[in-house]
Parts: sequence; structure tokens; C-alpha cells
Amino acid sequence: MRSLSRIAGEGWGGGAYTIDLHAEYRAAGIDEVLASLDSELLGLKPVKTRIREIAALLLVERVRTRLGLTAEPPTLHMSFTGNPGTGKTSVALRMADILHRLDFVRKGHLVSVTRDDLVGQYIGHTAPKTKEILKRAMGGVLFIDEAYYLSRPENERDYGQEAIEILLQVMENQREDFVVILAGYADRMEQFFAANPGFRSRIGHHVSFPDYDQDELIGIGEKMLERQNYRLSPSAREAFERYVAARRLQPHFANARSIRNALDRARLRQANRLVTDVEGGRVTEEQLVTIEAADILASRVFSGAA
Amino acid sequence: MRLTQGCFSFLPDLTDEQIRAQAQYCIDRGWAVNIEFTDDPHPRNTFWEMWGLPMFDVQDAEGVMMELRACRKSYGDRYIRMSGFDAGHGWESVRISFLVNRPEREPRFDLVRQEGEGRAQRYALRLRREAA
Repeated sequence: MRSLSRIAGEGWGGGAYTIDLHAEYRAAGIDEVLASLDSELLGLKPVKTRIREIAALLLVERVRTRLGLTAEPPTLHMSFTGNPGTGKTSVALRMADILHRLDFVRKGHLVSVTRDDLVGQYIGHTAPKTKEILKRAMGGVLFIDEAYYLSRPENERDYGQEAIEILLQVMENQREDFVVILAGYADRMEQFFAANPGFRSRIGHHVSFPDYDQDELIGIGEKMLERQNYRLSPSAREAFERYVAARRLQPHFANARSIRNALDRARLRQANRLVTDVEGGRVTEEQLVTIEAADILASRVFSGAA
Repeated sequence: MRLTQGCFSFLPDLTDEQIRAQAQYCIDRGWAVNIEFTDDPHPRNTFWEMWGLPMFDVQDAEGVMMELRACRKSYGDRYIRMSGFDAGHGWESVRISFLVNRPEREPRFDLVRQEGEGRAQRYALRLRREAA
């Protein structure tokens, strides 16, 4: 650990020594990771901003460590809050990769768990279960989905609290070994943090995932279709836009997941249309790939049935 | 008597850093790391007691060290060894096995003689169990 006076000029031959952060940035490959994040996940502006900021922090940390300017490892445990289907799990997966590229976690694998994986059913069951999961997550990222289910205060025979305590202890003591990402709905996570202040203080980054807007949902739908070698005919695209606008207003809208379900149903209708309605039963590749307006307009969303 | 079983046993005791490096070496090659302990270090005793299952799904040596710390807490007064099992085709066997913990005072062995058929002598080793 160097004293600041050495840094000021004595040890390095007069304060003109500089480090090219941009070169470091390029060398670490952060650009391509962020670019792939941008291209694969639409929208999510606050998320991408935060990831960019974390990448910059980790880059500076790396340079400082190389120069012997030690500092406490930054707290990278995160909390992702947002409605269903807003990309929390997708981003968590990429987060593991990003952190690995920046050398913050050693292996960069993601261990995704829910309450059932951590909490036992009888006395003495919880601790080994939780420790097994933590063992597997070392060197990577532990993603806890629906984290608020861990604590069930109304049921006194619930062992969630034990799992929470073990988690809190390991999160604090082994910060350099792994990263925990909690995910869930915003209001329930807030209640969970209020009941467990230890968690809130250990989380370094609270990231909220906003709902997608109309254009983003359409874009996501098109990307999904493209990946599966489908395309929308022009009339189908227009029908799809109307569909999304109507579906968003209906209850239980799960953002990207609802879009995926809708597209799956459209594919189902397309397949049935091709099997029953096509002359002579012979189809071209063009027909196999295209989704027509009829496939989308058949949805209940348009018939007005809620 | 200082036991010389397994790899590195003629070297001074491995430090935690070195054990971690060895465990990571095994994990990097896809071997399952396993921790076993025993209080009977007879050279013919190959079946030591297992501390948990082989850690075939652990990606980082820190997980192994967590288990080792727990094992030392419970059985720090016994011999503990770590082994790496290669499940690959053609190998399907333990590739490396080394001691990671020894008791404070390592027990000694006595030579036991037994008379067999036609006054032939059979020799065996027995652990000298010191009075507690």
C-alpha cells in the first residue's frame, strides 16, 4: 500500500505518469459486452446506464489495484425490482458475464434459485441446503428470484429466517467471492427490505426495471420472431401493433413474456391454417416463414372477451 | 509417525493457498473434488469417511475451501484428505489425492506378529492407540 506522497511524484519521477483508461477499457472488452447488451435487450435504459457505471467503477478498481492502491472491494450485491417479464433474469445472466469479464468474479457462472432451493422443510434442513447453494455459487453470481418469499413471518414454523441469516453473513464476509442479485416486484421487495434491514444495507445497487412501452414491445416481438425464422406480413405487423396496444390495457400483462405467449399462439394458428386451409396441402418456404394477419386477429383480445 | 500417504506427503504441510490452488486445478479439469476424513491412517485403510458428497458442481475453489473449513471445525483432530475424481472415459478414477489436515500428534504403528501354519510368521501393522 503506497503512501500518497510517493504517488504525488517521488516514486514515479514527477506526477507526469498517466494511465490510458480508454485503452484499458478497450482491452477489457467492455465495449463488446455493452454492445451485445444493447443489441440483444431492447429498452431498459436505467439498467444499461447502471451497468455502464458499474463497468467504469470496476475498470478503475482494476487499474488502481495494479498500481498497488488498494481499496475495499466494492459492494456489488444488487436488487432488481420490476414487473414480470421486464428482463430481470436475462440481465442477471448477462451481469454474471460482465462481472467475469471485469475480473470481479472468478468464474462468472449464474446460479438461479428461488425460496424452495434455500429453505428446508424441517429443523436442521435449511442450513445445509443454503450452504450447498452458496458453495455452488462461489466464484459466480447467485440470483434469488422472488426473494421476498424467503421470509414468511405469519407462519411460525417457517425456516426462511434461518436462510436469510446465513445469506446475510456470507454476503458480508465473502464479498469478493460472489455476488448476490435479488429480484422481485417493487412493492413487495420494499416490504421485504423493511422487515430485513440487514439486506438493504448489504445491497449496493438497487436497479428498477421499467415496463416496456409500445414500441419496445413490438421490437421485442419482432426480435423473437427473427430468432425463430419467422416474419410478419405487412398486414400482420399492423394487426400486431393493434394487438399489443389492446393487450397492454388488459390485466395480468407480463411484458415480454406476454408477447412471447402471444407469438406462440400466432404460430399455433399459422400451423393450423397451413395444415387445413392450404390448397392441396403443399406449402412453400415463404408460407412456412410468414405469419399472416389472420393468425393474430383470431385472438380473444380483439373479440372483446376479457 | 508422519504419514506419507498421497501426493505431496513428503513436503511440508500445504498452506490454504496451496490447497486452494490444487482444488482449482482439479475443478478446471472437470474433476470432482471430494473431502474425506479418518482417524485410522493404516495404509491399507483406503475407505475413509466422506465429508458430504463429491463436489462435482462447484465451479470455484472457494466452495471447496468452505467445506474444508467446516470439516476442520468438526474433525480437526483427524486426518483429512482431498481427492479429485476424473469421470472421463478411460479414466473413471481418482487422479489426485493429498492430505490437507493432520492431527496434532500423529499416532505410531506397532508391528504385530502372528504365528501361522507351520510356524510361519505373519507380520502386520497396528495403530498404537494412545490412552486419551
